[in-house]
Amino acid sequence: MTRTGNGRATTVHAGWAEEAVATHAGAEHLRTEEQVLERIERARRRRPRVREERITLAHGAGGKATHTLIEAVFVEAFRNPVLEQLEDGASLEVGGARLAFTTDSYVVSPLFFPGGDIGDLAVNGTVNDLAMCGARPLHLSAGFILEEGFPVADLRRIADSMARAAAAAGVQIVTGDTKVVPRGKADGCFITTAGVGVLERPLALSATAARPGDAVIVSGPLGDHGITIMLARGELDIEADLSSDTAALHELTAGLLDAGGDGVRVLRDATRGGVATILNEIAAASQVAVVVDEASVPVREVVTGAAELLGIDPLYVACEGRLVAVVDASRAEAVMAALRAHPLGDGAAVIGHVADDPPGLVLLRTAFGGTRIVDMLVGDPLPRIC
Amino acid sequence: MKFVDEFRDADTARSVAARIAALCEPGRRYAFMEVCGGHTHTIYKHGLEDHLPESVRLVHGPGCPVCVLPMGRVDDAIAIAQEPDVIMTAFGDMMRVPGGDGSFFDAKAAGADIRMVYSPLDALKIARNHPDKHVVFMAIGFETTAPSTAMTVLRAAREGIENFSIFCNHVTIIPAIKAILDSPDLRLDGFLGPGHVSTVIGCRPYEFIAARHGKPLVTAGFEPLDILQSVHQLMLQLHEGRCEVENQYSRVVPWNGNRRALEVIGEVMELRPYFEWRGLGFISQSAMQMRAEYARFDAERIFRVPGVRVADPKACQCGEVLKGVLEPWECKVFGTACTPETPIGTCMVSSEGACAAYYNFGRFSRERVRAGGTTMLADPVVRR
Repeated sequence: MTRTGNGRATTVHAGWAEEAVATHAGAEHLRTEEQVLERIERARRRRPRVREERITLAHGAGGKATHTLIEAVFVEAFRNPVLEQLEDGASLEVGGARLAFTTDSYVVSPLFFPGGDIGDLAVNGTVNDLAMCGARPLHLSAGFILEEGFPVADLRRIADSMARAAAAAGVQIVTGDTKVVPRGKADGCFITTAGVGVLERPLALSATAARPGDAVIVSGPLGDHGITIMLARGELDIEADLSSDTAALHELTAGLLDAGGDGVRVLRDATRGGVATILNEIAAASQVAVVVDEASVPVREVVTGAAELLGIDPLYVACEGRLVAVVDASRAEAVMAALRAHPLGDGAAVIGHVADDPPGLVLLRTAFGGTRIVDMLVGDPLPRIC
Repeated sequence: MKFVDEFRDADTARSVAARIAALCEPGRRYAFMEVCGGHTHTIYKHGLEDHLPESVRLVHGPGCPVCVLPMGRVDDAIAIAQEPDVIMTAFGDMMRVPGGDGSFFDAKAAGADIRMVYSPLDALKIARNHPDKHVVFMAIGFETTAPSTAMTVLRAAREGIENFSIFCNHVTIIPAIKAILDSPDLRLDGFLGPGHVSTVIGCRPYEFIAARHGKPLVTAGFEPLDILQSVHQLMLQLHEGRCEVENQYSRVVPWNGNRRALEVIGEVMELRPYFEWRGLGFISQSAMQMRAEYARFDAERIFRVPGVRVADPKACQCGEVLKGVLEPWECKVFGTACTPETPIGTCMVSSEGACAAYYNFGRFSRERVRAGGTTMLADPVVRR
């Protein structure tokens, strides 16, 4: 047994910190806050670099670390004009047809939760990515990674739920793959789905398309899915009457596009990282400011309560059946009417608008009457929610 | 939501703000320090400073337990976590705190078994469920969290659990406030007292601040209106020439504290002769360690810890920011070398730190927004 107090004889230096300081050394000494803010924005626009030597859970959280990883590893390796747009899915032209193509993996824990399971999540998630491209979803693939010992009854339950979700979304699962790994090498069941849809509308939806004056709309209350999963894990001893919002949004999207036409600029589903992350992506890609009015952001009381207890902001909590739309202000009322006419959009709300300044930032007008930034998420409040 | 909305009402805020503004003497500037990181977080999260007159400034103090933990202690904890058959447990906000050689997240990715818990009792539960492992709880925090750590140790002792220990990093608030008061470049007009800590220690320990240092203190709650009201109470004291300790958070804080909680801490822990604080240096009698009677629950005695001090980089100016001498953005490395993803100094480490709060929530030019009259101050496009 060794007793070591806090009186430390030796002093060392943190290599990584000294290196970070050295990287930015020689910067002119700035006098005003404005100059400092500009320097920070310049630093933030630099090409991201992965600092870590190993993957941490933060790389999967959908926030800053995920973006850095995607840009510095995947975009760097696979570079092409379609991928570089970094939309929810790829829009392609094949033999005269305009198609949307996307893929997504599901590792949610627990596999079954109030309002759904990994099966309908895997179908709805990919259907939604296609819908957000403005496409009509057609065909899906499904790949399963199963852990040795996983109950067949559970797999049947998951497959049934996928079949129901596919039928409801009007898509067919037309191809698939199965792998089994030894016990301990996976957690029960992981699913990867890919999907193809057809682009029938002459639209160019893109995160780069937001313009000052546009309205920012969400299709319903935020955070139901993420908080449901968190509570379903039973680690918190909190009980709440809440279920996941997982749903296929293709019909809602079709109605929205009928009403909004070419006034619809951006569509995104607010999954990992929540609405805050989506709005940051839009602000950065379009070089505009997004201004959110906190009092008009729809959040259920149970979600607000759980988020308060956990110290989480509902703006960052994942949804699996909610979309964010940026639309021309003149079409906003028509779009709102179309959303509210559909059961999945009856809680829709205009939560803010696009402004020209300060570009690249999301600002929140708080219900308390102040203003603050809503930044990209750093770190991971809720791992493995989808 | 009940018990939340009424403490965040914008109209009430505006009327309290007007009363604060009415108390400002022309040409005079006011600086108040909120000692607690929870207050810093509230202030930024709700944009509270927008309600304050230009001449009233809030200085963000050292009361974030994650931020003040020196890097060497993180390295020690990681060394323990890397011992065979050890499960290290910690609160979520500990996970990203960098040591001299990476954070808990990095150590976990490299193979150490480190788990997030919401309470030390959860750590004890893990110990019960894994009798073949030794479970260590990374105990951090001020007097707020120390009672729950102590209670957990007492329960482990009562249940005869032998595979559980505490890596104790609990600190005490009064010596840190003293260190700030003794700083030669102190320019504060008063303090917002830490509400959560005060639920345990009460308000009496602060009396010396008013009596001997001539600075008023108001113990404040954590909703934005609590803070605004506390600022008003401080302004009123200055206006009326009083210098007292007042309790704004009386719905939770008893003047004499929680005697039972203090007893429990005292039973299990004792003061260390000195302890290092990031940004403030060594402060005597400012932290707690396990008493010899509970040595079998003391991870520092069970494991060999490196005990190496890791120096903050010279460019880091956290000390000046903590004392209110510099604004966060005035630090040479702020926002470039030092960001929430790669925090170099203590103030950038957790969202309760002054620099991280400013970076995450306040990193835009209020002047430009006010002066430019940009669209952000206009009404939303569609009325609800």
